[in-house]
Amino acid sequence: MNKKTSILHSNFLYTVIAILIGFIIGAIFLVWAGVSPMEAYFKILDSVISKPKNIITTLAYAAPVILTGLSVAFSFRTGVFNIGAEGQFVVGTLAAALIGIFVDVPAIIHIPLCIIAAAAAGALWSLVCGVMKVKRGIHEVLSFIMFNWIAYYLSNYVVNIEGVKKESGGEATKDLLDSARLIVDGNNCAIFIAVVLAVITWVIIEKTTLGYKLKAVGFNKFSAQYAGIDSGKSILTALAISGALAGIGGAVQVMGMGGRVAQFASQEGYGFEGITVALIGASNPLGVIFAGIFYGAMKFGGSKLTMIHAPSEIINIIMGCVVIFIAIAHVFKALFLNIGKKKEAN
Amino acid sequence: MDMLITNLGILINAALIATPPLLFAALGSCFSERSGVVNIGIEGMMTIGAVTGAITALTTGNGLLAFLCGGLAGALFGLIHAIVCVSLHADQTIAGTAINFIGPGIAVFLCRILYNSSDTPAIDASAKLPKLFDGMFKSGSFAYNVFSVYIMAYLVFVVAWICWFVFYKTRFGTHLRACGEHPEACESLGIDVYRVRYICVILSGFLAGLGGAFVTLATVSQFRPTVIVGQGFIAIAAVIFGKFSPQGALKGCLIFGICNGVKSLATQSNIVSVNIISMIPYVVTIIALIAFVGRANAPAANGKPYIKSR
Repeated sequence: MNKKTSILHSNFLYTVIAILIGFIIGAIFLVWAGVSPMEAYFKILDSVISKPKNIITTLAYAAPVILTGLSVAFSFRTGVFNIGAEGQFVVGTLAAALIGIFVDVPAIIHIPLCIIAAAAAGALWSLVCGVMKVKRGIHEVLSFIMFNWIAYYLSNYVVNIEGVKKESGGEATKDLLDSARLIVDGNNCAIFIAVVLAVITWVIIEKTTLGYKLKAVGFNKFSAQYAGIDSGKSILTALAISGALAGIGGAVQVMGMGGRVAQFASQEGYGFEGITVALIGASNPLGVIFAGIFYGAMKFGGSKLTMIHAPSEIINIIMGCVVIFIAIAHVFKALFLNIGKKKEAN
Repeated sequence: MDMLITNLGILINAALIATPPLLFAALGSCFSERSGVVNIGIEGMMTIGAVTGAITALTTGNGLLAFLCGGLAGALFGLIHAIVCVSLHADQTIAGTAINFIGPGIAVFLCRILYNSSDTPAIDASAKLPKLFDGMFKSGSFAYNVFSVYIMAYLVFVVAWICWFVFYKTRFGTHLRACGEHPEACESLGIDVYRVRYICVILSGFLAGLGGAFVTLATVSQFRPTVIVGQGFIAIAAVIFGKFSPQGALKGCLIFGICNGVKSLATQSNIVSVNIISMIPYVVTIIALIAFVGRANAPAANGKPYIKSR
């Protein structure tokens, strides 16, 4: 294969094309809204990269979606569909917040403790659905959706418990102790945790026997079983890891950005954003890092669009279009390779 | 005794408000899933139906027309899903996820352009869906709560029956179920798999759109970004609960609807936290699944893109 066709074979090219088409469709909507697309896109870019502080904020937006993205990507690679990352994220937030508020220990112990608690909560939340799937054959998509809502109301319940709720103003928990915050010199450093975990996840999937087993079960449960892999155990392991990642996503959100858990008015969508990030990152943990930063940039930059009176919902439209065009990337691939072949024939 | 009857009325009333949007969407989901196309985009289709219904009602003042337009807007998104999944063989979960971003995105975008806000203004009572036996019963009485409800709250059960009839008593129903199990066999018998799947996916969008429109035209009287949030997924859950059949989906939606009734009764008494009560439908579903329903096998060809043989 020569260099040119290898570029045409790479998924990266088609992801870039999908992103470009997403922006073009977004531009059409912006023109319709009477906003100059150039001005709007410049505003997004400008608000993301103009100041170092903004870049740090972008990365702070990226960290939780990288983690839910990893969670979903891991589940995709191991053959289950973790649509429950949303709920695991919420219980992770809650666990980290409770440890962060009520346990008073130095930061060096406090931060890992919060993260471990969140990972355990997320893993447990996901495992319950896993056990129902393995033991009773209950479709995981159904139980995950139920557990997303149970987590949602559980969180709202805990937030309003006397003693957890902060004394004055607003329906939210007390603030986390400073020793539990992922803030160094006023800067949110959750992104480091996200990147480290992405690398670890990559190593697990690509370089370990465990990853190989999990992928084998995801690829074909029956042949993996024939090869002597306990498929039920593998599914549970995969779901526990996936849930733990989403739970840690919740932890870095509350320990970095929020500092407290507020009562939800509607589902926050971190789990569903994780699906998008996983798809843009082609379910590769390292790809998810970049997809997550892209998503974080769009989310943060998009929130500044109201300053030029452009609807910030354009971000959702663009991201949705990007995902659709990633879904039909193979059509472009076939098209380009065909053109390439014809040229060579001439 | 009077108290009991009144409370029963309140319960039925709440169930009749909560069930129709879910049931419309769930019936749609049945069509799509049984024909072999996973439609996780139900949520986005409901949202676009909800906003279209609200905008049409606000501009024309005609509730029934608005309801229909909500369905058509959903059908348009169904068409997009069908093109991407059936003709272009895309991964169906990915396409559905995209629709769940685009639908709500466009919905709020439209509100910002038209009303300069993320919500639409309130819809006038005359532009909402008509009520059955309007003004015939004393407000708050049992009969009022049970019979004087939006007409679609009853019609949806007729639609559910029609769906059952189409599924099991018509040639098309046999074809659509066969397409979801073994499309290759269908094609060898001369059934146009693409055509069947197109019809089913568009129909699923239409029904989801109707469900969404019911929310804005009956329950909430306004579009807000949070009116649908989650209901599309609950509809999908109800379909899996009902083992991918219309009559099963009806049962699943009724559980949610009735639990919602229990919820609105229980919140009146104010003994237990409303957040705990709100968990009831989800916990009951899980328990019912473990105890009675068990394994739900999806149609064999569900989620697999089918490429026509030449």
